[in-house]
Amino acid sequence: MKARASTGRTIAAHAVLLAYTLIALFPVFVIVINSFKSRKAIFADPLGLPLPGSFDLVGYRTVLHQGDFFLYFQNSLIVTVASLFCVLLFGAMAAFALSEYRFRGNTLMGLYLALGIMIPIRLGTVAILEMMVASGLVNTLTALILVYTAQGLPLAIFILAEFMKSVSDDLKNAGRIDGLSEYRIFFSLVLPLVRPAMATVAVFTMIPIWNDLWFPLILAPAEDTKTVTLGAQVFIGQFVTNWNAVLAALSLAIVPVLVLYLIFSRQLIRGITAGAVK
Amino acid sequence: MGALELRGVTKNFGKTEVIKGVDLTVNAGEFCVFVGPSGCGKSTLLRMIAGLEDTTGGDILLDGRRVNDLAPARRELAMVFQTYALYPHLSVRDNMGLALKQAGASRSEITAATDRAAAMLELEPLMDRRPAELSGGQRQRVAIGRAIVRRPKLFLFDEPLSNLDAALRVATRIEIARLHRELKTTMIYVTHDQIEAMTLAHRIVVMRQGRIEQVGSPMELYNNPANTFVAGFIGSPQMNFLDATALGLAPGRVGIRPEHLTISRGTGEIPATVSHIEKLGGETLVYARHPQHGMLTVRLFGEHDYSVDETVHLTLHRERMFEFDPAGKRRT
Repeated sequence: MKARASTGRTIAAHAVLLAYTLIALFPVFVIVINSFKSRKAIFADPLGLPLPGSFDLVGYRTVLHQGDFFLYFQNSLIVTVASLFCVLLFGAMAAFALSEYRFRGNTLMGLYLALGIMIPIRLGTVAILEMMVASGLVNTLTALILVYTAQGLPLAIFILAEFMKSVSDDLKNAGRIDGLSEYRIFFSLVLPLVRPAMATVAVFTMIPIWNDLWFPLILAPAEDTKTVTLGAQVFIGQFVTNWNAVLAALSLAIVPVLVLYLIFSRQLIRGITAGAVK
Repeated sequence: MGALELRGVTKNFGKTEVIKGVDLTVNAGEFCVFVGPSGCGKSTLLRMIAGLEDTTGGDILLDGRRVNDLAPARRELAMVFQTYALYPHLSVRDNMGLALKQAGASRSEITAATDRAAAMLELEPLMDRRPAELSGGQRQRVAIGRAIVRRPKLFLFDEPLSNLDAALRVATRIEIARLHRELKTTMIYVTHDQIEAMTLAHRIVVMRQGRIEQVGSPMELYNNPANTFVAGFIGSPQMNFLDATALGLAPGRVGIRPEHLTISRGTGEIPATVSHIEKLGGETLVYARHPQHGMLTVRLFGEHDYSVDETVHLTLHRERMFEFDPAGKRRT
């Protein structure tokens, strides 16, 4: 009786999840199939699969020849990976300090650092732009990396501090008695134990950075600092939009994040389900 | 001069005082056990000796040298934790060798030291395993091995047996006692289990609410407790406390151990009703209720039969009873 009830529940859960997966993946699917079709075929039958008659790589050819898409990709990758590195490193360090050391204003500092979760960084765009102009960082990738690091830190600190509290005090104390420095304790004892949480934070940090159009457009719109999302905008005109090229550029933009996601995914699942599943 | 000396040591967490002035000297080569109920500050005191907690006031001296401001690694001590605290990413060999490696010892020295410790604790077949591949008892032996490798001047044990099952606890207890005989190093051992304290210690320090209640050898504490707290804490089953006025003595309480009460169906000083009986084979515990004295435990050797609700008569061995004043202090 109980077994049957849980089978029913499993089927229901799977149905809901499958439906959600279909809804979530459908736009991606439409983009990818249309990127392999000729312009005419896209408008004639947007939902049709690329068949021998409609198959066309013109979009990819345009993307690869017009504009410097390899450079855009490189820029996006540099910005994403560098920001991710900074967010994880500094986020984890701040989280360790907040969870490990008792000092005056600890709670207040934690709240201050978590405040950024609730306040969207874009509200400060004008001030950020002024700062970047003043410091001569406009049209550099550094500007983007700095902004994205600031954007990613609050959530990273919030999540990682919780996980670091769960690392055994005895283990850290054993390290101290054995003469490990606080840095060694942090890097070789604590970080490996919070790896699932790090992966979770990495994924949640990485995707908004990769997909962002706002800050590249404002802070680094120059040709040699363009990111992929900004680069794809050249094909969207006021009067004519080169749909083949836009769809091809977007399809290509999925690949690197997908690869990064696959790298983190096993750890990610452990991070999300930690505590939820016994 | 002792191996360890505490002079007026205090500790505050915020506004709460957890250690309220502790003076203690531990002699070289001594096995000293801190015992007390949970929250009495014994673990905090141990962590202060290790240097893992700051000292709010007072001095901690190791071998006559003040170490208050010395980092844990430089105090030449080793600690064994309740949760083993082995480094999960290192093999047993590397776990044991890490402290020496940090101290800059050569590879051959480290191998020699770890091999010697492994031989003492019969860890040789496990040396290349990871902590995750070991059982609880094996992990605690590795943790003890890690402590031995450093050849410390002082061993600290923080409830090392609490995570082990009963059989392993006894075996590991014997092992720790044997190690102490072989190494002859000063050891400080924290536990809430008075049996561990009684069986291991040369000297027991009984603590309550951040203060030392009494210090003495196990038999001193057993035969000569300073107050009702120590009297009740040391010895199992717990000492009986009777109303002194009801026995025709000065007001206060009278303590008598369960083995110093005799029970009889015929005559005796205190009539009581049997409310429970526990037969353990070698001994029998009879719990009897008296309207004024409350529940009294009688410990009998061998097998005895009493039925619940039966009326019995208890007699005190007057020469073995302890008199306490109303504040709980022993009357002399």
